[in-house]
Amino acid sequence: MDKGYKKGTITSNIEIASNIYELKVASSFNSPFYGEAGQFYMLRAWNGLDPFLARPLSISNIMDGEITFLYQLRGRGTERISKLKSGDSLELMGPLGSSFNTNLRGNVALISGGIGIAPLVFLAKSLKANIDFYCGFKDEVYYIDKIRKYSRAVYISTESGSVGYRGLITEIFNPALYDIAFSCGPVGMMKRIVKMCKGKIPVYISMENRMACGIGACLGCSIKTSKGMKRVCKEGAVFLGEEVFYCD
Amino acid sequence: MIDMRVNLCGIEFKNPVIAASGSFGFGREYSEIFSLSKLGGISTKGLTLEKREGNKGIRIYETTGGILNSIGLENPGIDYFISEELPFMIKQNTVIIANVGGNTVEDYVKAVNKLNETKIDMIELNISCPNVKEGGMAFGIKSKTSYRVVSEVRRACKKPLIVKLSPNAENIVQLAESCVKAGADGLSLVNTFSGMAVDIKNRKAVFDNIIAGLSGPCIKPIALRMVYEVSKAVDVPIMGIGGIMNYKDAIEFIMAGAWTVQVGSANFIKPTITLDIIDGIKNFMAEEGIKSLEEIRGVI
Ligand SMILES: Cc1cc2nc3c(=O)[nH]c(=O)nc-3n(C[C@H](O)[C@H](O)[C@H](O)COP(=O)(O)O)c2cc1C
Ligand code: FES
Repeated sequence: MDKGYKKGTITSNIEIASNIYELKVASSFNSPFYGEAGQFYMLRAWNGLDPFLARPLSISNIMDGEITFLYQLRGRGTERISKLKSGDSLELMGPLGSSFNTNLRGNVALISGGIGIAPLVFLAKSLKANIDFYCGFKDEVYYIDKIRKYSRAVYISTESGSVGYRGLITEIFNPALYDIAFSCGPVGMMKRIVKMCKGKIPVYISMENRMACGIGACLGCSIKTSKGMKRVCKEGAVFLGEEVFYCD
Repeated sequence: MIDMRVNLCGIEFKNPVIAASGSFGFGREYSEIFSLSKLGGISTKGLTLEKREGNKGIRIYETTGGILNSIGLENPGIDYFISEELPFMIKQNTVIIANVGGNTVEDYVKAVNKLNETKIDMIELNISCPNVKEGGMAFGIKSKTSYRVVSEVRRACKKPLIVKLSPNAENIVQLAESCVKAGADGLSLVNTFSGMAVDIKNRKAVFDNIIAGLSGPCIKPIALRMVYEVSKAVDVPIMGIGGIMNYKDAIEFIMAGAWTVQVGSANFIKPTITLDIIDGIKNFMAEEGIKSLEEIRGVI
C-alpha cells in the first residue's frame, strides 16, 4: 500500500457558504486519487512545522482522479488550507480509515448536521438504494443541489428557519420509514439519531476526533465503544452507532 | 565504507535511529508504508501488566513546535502483546525494545519476568510517563524511589535494561547516576515534559488530567542539554530523545553523547521521516569523512 504522503495540485478552493469551503485537488503523481465513502485523507498544506500536525478531511467526491473535500474553517489548520489558491500544491496521505457499506438496497436515510454533509454526499453518490437525505443547518444551507442528484427526496431544516423546517433535523426524521440510516454531524445529533433508531434499524455514523498519526499508531484518537477501545482513524471513522453511544 | 552500526549493551543496531515508544504502536501500521528492517530499532508502545484503556477526554493537542499528549498508556497488556504483537515484530529484522510501564514495583517485575522468556532484544523501563496517576513518573522524579524500582527490576531482568528518564526529574544527573548504580545497562532520555493548555472559551483545562506530556521540536534544546549533562556523568550508553526532526538534530544528540537516537513526534509529520533521518546521517558521514559514529559520539 502506498500510504506515504503524495503531492497534489489544487484546482479550486472556494468559499461556498460563510466559513465553508470546497477544495478540489488533482493528483500530481501517476496514480489518481482513490478511496471510498467514509474514508479520509490527512492533508499538509504548508512547508515546515507550523501547524505541527496534518489535518484529516473526509472525501466528498472522487472523479476522474480528482478529489473533493468540503471543510469548515475551524482552526489554524483549516485556516491555512482556506488560503490556498488553484495551482498551489499540498501533501496528502490516504485513503485512511474504514468506509460505509454501500452494497445495500432498500430505503436508506442519510442524516447530516452542518459540515457532516461532507462524507454523506460521497456516500449518496456511491449508494444504489432509495435515498432520503435529511440535512440540518444552523442558518445558511449549502450543497443541496449536489445531493438532490442522488436522492429520492431531500429534507432541510435550519435552526434559524431561513430555509426549510425551522428546528432540528432530528424532529423531522422518522426511522420507521427506513431499512438503515447513516449519519454524520455534531455528537449530540448523532447520539439522538442512534437513540431514535434503537431496536428499529441500524445506524452507521462517521466520528471525528483530533488526530496525530492518522494511521492507527499513536492512539490519540481512541474512543471507548461497547467493543472496547477503537481508533477513529483506523477502525473508524465509520462505526455502528450503538457501539459508540452504548451508555444511554 | 561508512559504518552506521551501533553496539549498545551487546545488541547490534544496524543504524542509530529508533522509533520512540508511543509514536509507532507495534510497528504494524508503519510496516504497510515501509520496510521496518531499515530502522535501527523500534521501542513498543508502553506496556503494562494488565491492559489499559488510557485517558478520557482530549488526548492530543497541538502547540507551537510540538504536541501535548494525554494518551495514558492505552495498551493491550503484556500477555496480549507477547502472543499477538511480538511474533509479528520479531520477524521485522530490526531491534525490538519492549517499553514497560507500571503502577507498582510488583507490576514492573511481573511484566519483566514475562518478557524474559520472549525474544525481545531489550527492555526500556518507563519510569517517566506523566500521563498516569499512580506509578509512572512518580517513580522517576526522585533519585531514591527510582533506585528502588530499578534495583528490583534489575534483579528480575534477564535482558539488557534501559531506563527511560523523565525530564521532570528533580535532578536529572543524580537520577541518572542512581539508575546506573541500581543496575541500568543504559539510559534513554527524555520522556515528555509536563505541560498544559487552557481552553479559554470554556475556562477549563484542555485535558481531563489537566497536566499532559509535551514533545516535539520545542523540547529539543532542553533534551539535548540533559543528554549532554548525563553523558558526562555516567559510563553507560545513552539513547537521546526529544524533538528530533531531521538528521542534523540526530547528529547533535550524538555529538552531545548519545549512542543512538529515538524519534517520536516526527513520525506524525511524515511516516517515513525515520528513513530520511537515516539517509541524512549517512550522507553527512560521507561528506564529513566520518567512518563510524564513535568518531563523533560525545565530542562536545
Ligand atoms: C502520543 C505519544 C505517546 C507516547 N507514549 C509513550 C509511551 O507509551 N511510553 C514512553 O516511554 N514514552 C511515550 N512517549 C514519549 C516518547 O517516546 C518520547 O520520549 C517523547 O515524545 C519525546 O520525543 P519526541 O520529541 O521525538 O516526540 C509518547 C509520546 C507521544 C507524543
Ligand atoms: S491518530 Fe494516531 S491512532 Fe488515530
